[in-house]
This record gives sequence, structure tokens and C-alpha cells, in this order.
Amino acid sequence: MNVIARSRVHLGVKGDAASNRHAGREFFSEIFLAMAAMSMWAGAASGAEPRTVVIGFSASQTGNLNVEGIRQINGVSLWVDDVNAAGGIPLADGTKVKVAAKFYDDESNKSRVQELYTRLISGDKADFLISPYSSGLTDAAAVIAEQKNKIMITAGAASDSTYKKGFTLVYQTYTPASRYLTGAVDLLMKSDPGARKLAIVNEKDKFSADVVAELKKYAEAKGFQIVMFEGYDTGTADFAPFINKIPADTDAIMGGGHFSDTSTFARQLYEKGSRAKMVALLVAPPEPRFAELGEAATGVVGSSQWEPAARYSKENAKGVEWYGPGVADFEAGYQAKFHEEPSYHSAGGYAAGLLLEKAIRNCGSTDTEKVKAALDAIDIMTFYGRLSFVVAPASHGLQKGHEMIYIQWQRDAGGSLVKQLVWPEDTATAGVIPMPKR
Amino acid sequence: MRILISLLDGLLIGFVYGLSAMGLSLIWGVMKVINLSHGAVMALGMFFSYAAISRFHPGLALPAVAVFGMLLGLLIYGVAVHRVISAPHLSSLLATFAVNMIIIGVGTAVFSTSPRNIDYSAGTMVLGDIRLPGTRLLAAGASILVTAVLYYFLYRTRSGKAIRAVANNRMAAGLMGISPTRSLALSFSIGTGLAALAGGLVATMFPFTILSGSTYEVKSFVICVLGGLGNPLGALLGGLILGGIEGVVPTFMPVSWVPVLEFGLFILVLVLRPGGLLGEK
Amino acid sequence: MKRWYQAGFWLPVAIMLAWGAAVWAGGEDAAREKAFTLIMFVGLASSLNILLGYTGYVSFGHIVFFGLGGYMGFYLMAVCAWSLPLAALAGGVVSALIAGLLGLAVLRLRGAYFALATIGVNEAARSFVSNFEPFGGSTGMSLNFSVYQQYGGAGKALWLTFALMVAVTASAVLVSAMIKNSRFGLGLLAIREDEDAAMVMGVRTPRAKTIAYMASAFFPGVIGTLYFFKNGNVEPGDAFQLHMSIELLVMVMLGGQGTVLGPLLGAVTYQGMRGYMLTSPLFKDLHLAVAGAVLLLIVLFVPAGLVGWLRGYFPKLRRALE
Repeated sequence: MNVIARSRVHLGVKGDAASNRHAGREFFSEIFLAMAAMSMWAGAASGAEPRTVVIGFSASQTGNLNVEGIRQINGVSLWVDDVNAAGGIPLADGTKVKVAAKFYDDESNKSRVQELYTRLISGDKADFLISPYSSGLTDAAAVIAEQKNKIMITAGAASDSTYKKGFTLVYQTYTPASRYLTGAVDLLMKSDPGARKLAIVNEKDKFSADVVAELKKYAEAKGFQIVMFEGYDTGTADFAPFINKIPADTDAIMGGGHFSDTSTFARQLYEKGSRAKMVALLVAPPEPRFAELGEAATGVVGSSQWEPAARYSKENAKGVEWYGPGVADFEAGYQAKFHEEPSYHSAGGYAAGLLLEKAIRNCGSTDTEKVKAALDAIDIMTFYGRLSFVVAPASHGLQKGHEMIYIQWQRDAGGSLVKQLVWPEDTATAGVIPMPKR
Repeated sequence: MRILISLLDGLLIGFVYGLSAMGLSLIWGVMKVINLSHGAVMALGMFFSYAAISRFHPGLALPAVAVFGMLLGLLIYGVAVHRVISAPHLSSLLATFAVNMIIIGVGTAVFSTSPRNIDYSAGTMVLGDIRLPGTRLLAAGASILVTAVLYYFLYRTRSGKAIRAVANNRMAAGLMGISPTRSLALSFSIGTGLAALAGGLVATMFPFTILSGSTYEVKSFVICVLGGLGNPLGALLGGLILGGIEGVVPTFMPVSWVPVLEFGLFILVLVLRPGGLLGEK
Repeated sequence: MKRWYQAGFWLPVAIMLAWGAAVWAGGEDAAREKAFTLIMFVGLASSLNILLGYTGYVSFGHIVFFGLGGYMGFYLMAVCAWSLPLAALAGGVVSALIAGLLGLAVLRLRGAYFALATIGVNEAARSFVSNFEPFGGSTGMSLNFSVYQQYGGAGKALWLTFALMVAVTASAVLVSAMIKNSRFGLGLLAIREDEDAAMVMGVRTPRAKTIAYMASAFFPGVIGTLYFFKNGNVEPGDAFQLHMSIELLVMVMLGGQGTVLGPLLGAVTYQGMRGYMLTSPLFKDLHLAVAGAVLLLIVLFVPAGLVGWLRGYFPKLRRALE
């Protein structure tokens, strides 16, 4: 109270109409002074100013990856809020550090990425980095991260190739591309043992190409015949030429790319009356917005890094250390802040932050070397699933512990479209159904 | 059989390609301006039709898109093109390109780049094993209708003949009492109206963003060169050829080689027969 | 015509070298990154100017040489383990050779047809590379991080790339100045004004145009290699961006086509504007629209660009503003 009164005198607050013009400015100056005084007072009581750790990244707020990009940004910012609400991350010396996120829009375009990351490190004094969304952009950013000795946690960027390039400070949150659709083959073998013919269609970019390369190998090893294996250019909207090429007796169609093209592909498969018994696609099906396709979405299987209905919990962690909020808590927090259901991109963003938080907490410092050692050793179970890394130099940073969850859109008793978890079987919420007759 | 389905798919789309290229071709033919905002206008047409079809019946919405395109064209002509109509080509190229950038810039800010879909289904026409999406048939039908109307306009109405006169010889037409500015503005707006309408039709078939127009713009260039710049019927033919290629070639080649083929053909025609397959008009 | 020892000739080159030296001396990474992008565009714009400004041939797809030369140079580094300077040079030479071949076909076209053809060439190149397995197809090629050790670590490698970029751009500007003040350049300007008259007056137009085309393709090839080396990877989507190509056009027009200083001023102004707008929350979404508006104003009211305007306003400086 005294502080405020003193500041009023300092500013010479007058009550008459003549100084109304300055009243606004004076009001804010008052408040600022009051707050400064109070925080100094509070700081004196707690012992030190809390330091803020800056997490820097570039995000795809515009450009063709913006749906995924924005969800990821949301996940990270929720994590920031949660950490700060708890007072910060405790260090070995007894202090707590808060976190702040700083990001720029990279427009899903590579040419600015290196400049933006350099700016984040030199100008915004970022202590740790999170990657851009796509694998191509991440490779460019990783060069800067390695050069400036900053740890970068990748979210998105699932292509395996990034981790085979000799980087030592890059750590992957997502399950790598090579494990994205292999479970769909297992699922198919279980649900339709007679199926033999598989058509694989993919977007021609690093991520999707990696996924289908492994998928093809895995499927052939399991005895499937690949009747079609082709890529389409990014940004394709007309899939009719592709769909016309798929043989009529194909049992399953798998593949895809990113949200926009994959959902278009699913829609056009429906319009063309495709008769495949299983359709398993990348990235798009787990997104809640996929339901907008209506009938075209029914029966489509997708693989997801994480689902709101996931069953990860302390109880079934099977001996692995549990850390972070539970699935329900994360969802509730996300819903409250963003008024939408979280997708796996949101969860991935949050998990990236969680990894940093746990590593800093484990080693008790924000020093790059110590945190790196902590990350190399980390093995935890979170709401997002299990997280641990490969440390062999050839694939350093590749995500080891995390597995994909497979979902399928089905009609529930009331007739509306919902996502059901169909694989792995032990955590499934429903059995897989064949594609409806068209 | 598969080739037949692919060919039909391609030809149906080809009509729409042709429609969009006609707008570009007309503007070039009349005033020797290559409208580089063609793609952006198409994209705006897509958004307009998205807004209109959700509220009105397509029979009403699509003509509205065309009118929207024409008004937009008048605006663009007045602001950007009129001053440089007699200047060297580079000026008009850059002026229309600047308009393109402005439209896309503002469009990105307003609409963001999230893809949108028109949820309009016209059913599927089934002829035995051939399944043709209804939206494609409607789009092709609309394109043919509009081409016929355009021809009627250019050859049977006074304004249309005035446009052809100005295209032929601007100065002489002026001396004969035809206002060149009026005809130029009118033909530019018809060109953009066609572009917007083509965009509107495309939107009923595929998802789109503000950036989708550029693919069609480049295709329109290819088509105009194939069919002869300035020749609307040639544009339709060129569109059919392109659509046919896009439909049939993938059946015996990976789909991603199609653009190489398209552009190879484009350069070939430019070099060997710059007047286009049907000749300029 | 300037004598080679007069101010107008040396000013642009001197500016480039001084700028590069200042950033180098400062040793700051952020300044280097920013300068790298700017200087890269100055080099690209200057090379486009040789074709557009001097010869009067509007190329919308000039970026294709950046892409093809860059891909070639990158291939030599990634697969054949060539060193950066050599690979960059090779990238430039390959670009120039491709331009020579291409020129045989497309330089016969005039005006708008040529412009459209250049778009076609760019798109064809992109589609082709995207399918061409030795170049990595659609996923492109990448360098293992250990490659940077050859140059003493990533930090040193990035500075080396910067130095080379300054050198290339300075050479591009120098060559541009030399062409403008030579007899050869005079022939190009004649072609720009009226190609048929130039032919009649004895200018060997096919040869002149081809040489100009090749010269304008060499520098982007070198620059492309340097850019992709720095990024550590190359993909078809990055190498043939039509959008980037058109931005080059805007830069040349903005600065003043047909002048040596023009591309420099234009590139710096445009990129500076763009860089500012991208990180400012107010303009972030509108940078393209603002750039478009600027271009429109220039084309409608100040077609001679910044240099032209400055020359009009400050007649005394005409000697230096070339």
C-alpha cells in the first residue's frame, strides 16, 4: 500500500480535467511501478529472480502443413503453461526455472529456416530448440543446432534419415517413419487372413517415402503381393489417374502423405467406389477433422502417434518410470485452453517439452552437455507413451520406445462417426471392421 | 476398359481446363496482355463458389461466381492494366503479376492456407463398370454451355463484334466510333469471369486453398500455347488434349512423369509451331 | 559508356566487398545469416539483369539454373566427394552449358512466348528431377553432418560458404558492369531496343543472346551449390520455386533494370522489407500483398525503378549511379 501511495506522489497525480490526457499514461506507470515494487519485494522474500529457459522453434503456421503445425504449437504452449503454473522446473541448486516459448512462422518453406534458427539462438537467446514440423526443414535446422551446440527435440520430423546424418544433439519424439504403417499389415493379416494384394500410394516427400519403403519390405516379408507402388507429387488434388490404376481385386490400399492430400485421396476413393477391404492411410485419419468427410471416412484405418482414448497410465507402465500428466489431465487441459480435441500433433508437441523437462530435472541443470547425457539415458512412460532413444552414433537420437496406435473410423450406436482404437489388440476399444460396400 | 475410364475422366476435366484457358486466351487475343493474375482470380472464384453453394442452389451460385469474376476483372483492369496497355509487354506482365501477389497475399491473410472442401455431391453416373462422378459431368456440361454462349456473344452481338474489331486493329476501331477502352475493359472482365467460373467448377470437385490457382494458371499457359493464343475454341481443344493426356498417360507410366511430358510438349509446340496447333486468331 | 576507372563502374562491386568484409570482421552468426540471404539474392538478381535488363528478354523461370546447377554441384559433393569451391564452380559451368543448349530452342522466341517458355522449362526441370533417381528423386539428396568436418567444423564451413557467396556475387556484379561498358553490351542493349534493327546493323544476335543467356545462368548455378551445401540437403521443391524466380524479377524491376546498381538496391530493399514483415506480427500475413502493391506502383509510375528515380532526382550523382 505504501509503495503505491509513494508512487502516486512521485507521479504527481492530479485530479483535474486538464491532465486527463496524461491520465492513461500515468495510470499504467503507476501500475508498473507498483508491480515492480511488489515483485522486488516478493523476490527478496524468495531469494532470487526465477530464470527463464527459452525454447525456440519455427512452426508451420501457414503453408501446406499448417493444420499439423498449429496443433503442434498448441501442444508446446500448453506444456509451457503447465510448467510455469507448477512454479517451474527445479534444478540441483534449489532454484526453479520457468520456461518460455519463442517461435516464428517458417511458412512450411525451407529457405528461411536456418536464418530463423540462428536468430532464435543469437537474438532470442534460446537455450533449447524444438524442430520445425517437417523432416526436410528439420534437417536444415539441425545443421544450425549442431553448429551452435544446442539440443533440438524434434516433433513431427518422423523421417528416419534425419537421425542417420551424424547429428549428436537431435532427439526424436515421434515414432520413426519406418514403423508408421507396419502395424497395419499385422492388422490386415489378423482381420483378413486371405488377403494377398496390397496397393501402396504415397506422397513424394521424405517422410512418406520412408514410410512406404519400410512398409513394402515388411509386407513382402509377410507374403503380400504389392500390385502397385507409386508416388504422387506434393499438392496433388486429382487422384483419379491413380485410383484408375489400382487393380479392381486389390485387397488393401495403404499409404498417403499429409493431411490435405490424404483426405482428398480418401474422399476420391469413396467417390470412385473403391472396393478394397482395408484402407490404411497416413496422418489424416487420426485428425478429428477427418470426420468431415462423412461417408468417405467410414472404415478408414489410420496410424497415430497418440490418441485421446489411449490407455497409457502409471498402472500399466510395466516397470518403466512414469512422468507427467495422465491422458485425461492432458486432454482436459487442452480442451480448456483451445476448445478443440487434441490430436497427436498436439500431444507430440507437449511430449517434446516433457522430455526436456524430465532431462533438466534428472541432471539438475540447463547445461547442454549435462542435459544431453540425461536425454541419452532417459526411459520413461508418459501419457504419450514410452520414450527412449537410440544412442549408437549411426542413428543417434532415433526414438526407440514409442509405438504407433491404429485407429479406425466407425459408426457408433447413435450413427455418428467415432474413432475406435483397433490395434494393438490388448489396448483396443473395438474390433476392426471391413470397409463398407460401396 | 481402364483406358476408357481414364480417358473419360481426363476429357471431362479437360473441358474445365479449357474453360479456364479460354479466359486467358481471350485477354491475350484482344489486348496482347498475359494476365498473370489468372490463377489468383480462379482461386477467388473457388472461395466465392464455396460461400455461394453452401447457401444457394448451384444453378444460381455458379452464374453468380461468373458475375463476381467479371466485376473483379473490371477492377483489375481499371487499376492495373489500363495504364500500361500500350506499354511494352514487360510492364503489363509485371502489373498483372503484382495484382496476383496482392490477391494471394490478402487471401492468405484472410483465409489462411487451410484447405477447404465443398460438400456438394451430384451423385455418380454408373454405366456398367464405368463410374463417373456427377460433379465432373456437371462441370463439363457447364463449360460447353459457356463456350457456346461466348461464341454467340462474340459473333452475334454488337459488343462482341466491337471486341473483335478492337482485337483486330485498335486504332482503326477507335476511328470507326468504337470505344477501345470500353471493349478492352469488357473483354478483360469476360476473361476473368471465365477464370472465376472455372475456379468455381473446380472447387466442386477438389479441395482448394488460395494457392490452388497457380497450378491451373500454368496449365492454362500450356493450353493456350497448344491451342493458339487468342483462339478460344483452340483453348477448349487444348484443354481436352491436356485432360486426355493426364487421364491416359498414367495408365502406362508413373503418374509423376505426366508433368514432364506436359511441359516437354509445351516447349516443343512453342518452338516448332508457336502459333499453336490451331493457329492464332 | 563508362570508363573502367570511373566511380559508377566500381561502386557496386566495392559495396559488395565492403559489406562482406564488415560481416566477416564482426564474426556474428545472426548478421552472417541475414547477409547471406541478402547477398545471395543480389547475385541472383544481377545475373537475371544480364538477360532481362540488358537483352530485354523476360525470363520468369530463371530460378531453373539455380536449381539445376545447384543439384549438379550438390551431387558432386555428396556422391563424388568433391570440395565445395570446385563443386560450386562445376555447378556454374553445367548451368551455363545447359543454358547454351536450351538457348538453341527457346531464344528463337520473342516477348511473351519466351516468358512462357521459361516457365515451362522450370516446371519441366522440376518434374524431371523429382523423378530422376540418381538425384534422389522426390526426396532429394543430403549431406552427412561429418562432411562439414572437412572444412574444420560446421561453424567454419558456414563462414567459408559466406565468403564464397560474397565472392560470387561480387563477380556477378563486376561482370554485369563489364558487360554494360563493352561493345558486346552495346549489342545487347540494341537487341533490347529493337532486335530486327540490331540484326540489320550487324549485331550477331543469335550469338550475342546465347552468350548473355549462358552468362546469366552461370552465377545462379554456383550460388545454388553454395546455398544447398549450407542447408545440408536439397529437394526438388526447394530448387525450382517459381515464386522465388518471380521475386527476382520484382527485385530487378524495383531496383532498376538495365543498371548495375539496380539489382543490388532492389534485392536489398525487397528482401529487407520482406524480412522485416515476416517477423513483425502486424505484417506477417500481408508481406506478399505489400510487395505486390510496391511492384504495381513501380510498374505504373516509376518504371525505371529506384536507380532511375534517384538519377532523376539527383542529376549530380548520375556518374556514380550506373
